[in-house]
Amino acid sequence: MIEVKNLTKRYGSTAAVDDISFNLSEGEILGFLGPNGAGKSTTMNILTGYLSSTSGTVTVNGYDILENPQEAKRCIGYLPEQPPLYLDMTVKSYLDFVFDLKQAKLPRHAHIQEVCQLVGISHVYKRMIKHLSKGYRQRVGLAQALIGNPKVLVLDEPTVGLDPGQIIEIRNMIKALSSRHTIILSSHILSEIQATCDRIIIINQGKLVADDKAENLSKKFSDDHSLALRTEGPVPEIKTALQALPGVQSVRFDGEVSPGEVVFSLSAEEGTDIRKDVFHLMVEKNWPILEMKSRELTLEEIFLKLTSSDQTSLPAPEETEQTTEKGGDMPC
Amino acid sequence: MLTILRRELNSYFTSAIGYIYLAVFYFFSGYFFQSVISINSTDLSSVFLSLFLVLMFIVPILTMRLMSEDMKLRTDQLLLTAPLSLSGLVYGKFLAALTLFAAGTGITLIYAVVLSAFQVMEWTVIVGNILGLLLLGAALISIGLFISSLTENQVIAAVGGFAVMLMLMIMDAIAGSVPVAFLSELLYKISFMTRYAPFTTGILNLSNVLYFLSVAVIFNFLTVRVLEKKRWS
Repeated sequence: MIEVKNLTKRYGSTAAVDDISFNLSEGEILGFLGPNGAGKSTTMNILTGYLSSTSGTVTVNGYDILENPQEAKRCIGYLPEQPPLYLDMTVKSYLDFVFDLKQAKLPRHAHIQEVCQLVGISHVYKRMIKHLSKGYRQRVGLAQALIGNPKVLVLDEPTVGLDPGQIIEIRNMIKALSSRHTIILSSHILSEIQATCDRIIIINQGKLVADDKAENLSKKFSDDHSLALRTEGPVPEIKTALQALPGVQSVRFDGEVSPGEVVFSLSAEEGTDIRKDVFHLMVEKNWPILEMKSRELTLEEIFLKLTSSDQTSLPAPEETEQTTEKGGDMPC
Repeated sequence: MLTILRRELNSYFTSAIGYIYLAVFYFFSGYFFQSVISINSTDLSSVFLSLFLVLMFIVPILTMRLMSEDMKLRTDQLLLTAPLSLSGLVYGKFLAALTLFAAGTGITLIYAVVLSAFQVMEWTVIVGNILGLLLLGAALISIGLFISSLTENQVIAAVGGFAVMLMLMIMDAIAGSVPVAFLSELLYKISFMTRYAPFTTGILNLSNVLYFLSVAVIFNFLTVRVLEKKRWS
């Protein structure tokens, strides 16, 4: 559906996008990830024909974006970083305008109504866009991209400015849309990419640093098999006891979270499951296990690992987002 | 193109610009018209000649936001990623401004009709005058549009427009003060006033028609190039 080959965009001597290539087949959802200024938006602007590349080609649905721009653009719905809204228009007249602009061949009224319902803006249909809140403007922007049922949707940070409920709503919507559209979306909210995308591309400083399925990425980069353990008891003794367990490589004391509750990080030798041993030890010593989970690298960590210039520094992961299917929480 | 034209026209009237433009135009043309009838004349030439000066000041108001607003609001991302050619975009905006301009010009037709109640009018002269005004407007609008495409700031676009229009207005004076004969002649040749004045006296010179038309086409072409360049820079 989309074919990007050796895409490069230079501004003077700096390369905003540096030799990026990827393919996207129909119905796939691709997530674009990268720190600010990595070249995500530039890549998207080139894909949609807003900017031209310095070298390399982009083919959408078989049409080259530079050679057959009109046909290629007809296949694309684009929501830029800042939704392209005319503030002095009502939602209705704006969507009507977009409908004409895209030369859509669908039944006008029914189609626009359908899109409005999908993104939940039917009740503000007759209001001026400048009177809408940021979240609603974002939705109108999304509606604009959906007009004409384009085969490809390019969404640059589609959930910016939405409240958490709306974010989940939009995420589900994007998932639902993937049955009819091929979707590329970028986001700096990594959990969002993780939740919606089949495939993830990470770019940093214009270069493609990873292109894989989300779960493969975490597998590939989680070389240590570690456990996080929360318990109650005397720190030095617990540490020595854990250290003595077979298969345990290292034990790190992560601090006291609340009075009496202490957290340890354990890393095990590869291929060994130390969870049962830890459990038996804790029972024997009568140190209650308050929480124990094995962890893979989260996308956040992979992301930081790939994009930080200092590859060795891995900050401690956040506690909230790490429950992966593989190593669930252990109740106690 | 029609889509753009329709939106821009609507936009003139959802903001105050369209009304202000028409009000100013009607006020001044009305003022010039009353000075014609106050001397019991039916010769509208002086109205058209005076309007030349008014246009210089109000056309930039018409064109200042056409391109710069899109850049500011980032709606150019919508327009440039839509299946629409750049010239379609530019001419849509150009024609929208020209349509509003023509709506202003239309008032002179009413003056002529009013006067025709008192005396037989020379309609060919009137038509020539209106045509001249429209051609002048087209040329000025395309210049204003071009200036608007260079900046995302509407105020700069307006001020830049005023400056260029003022230059065009005093072109004759500049031409007179240039000591080099061939330069001075060249400036006279491209002076808008020299080209426009014959229309008001009832002379329809094809070269003048072509002059204004080519100015419009050239500046619209330049606007397209500016948009094109933005993608490649």
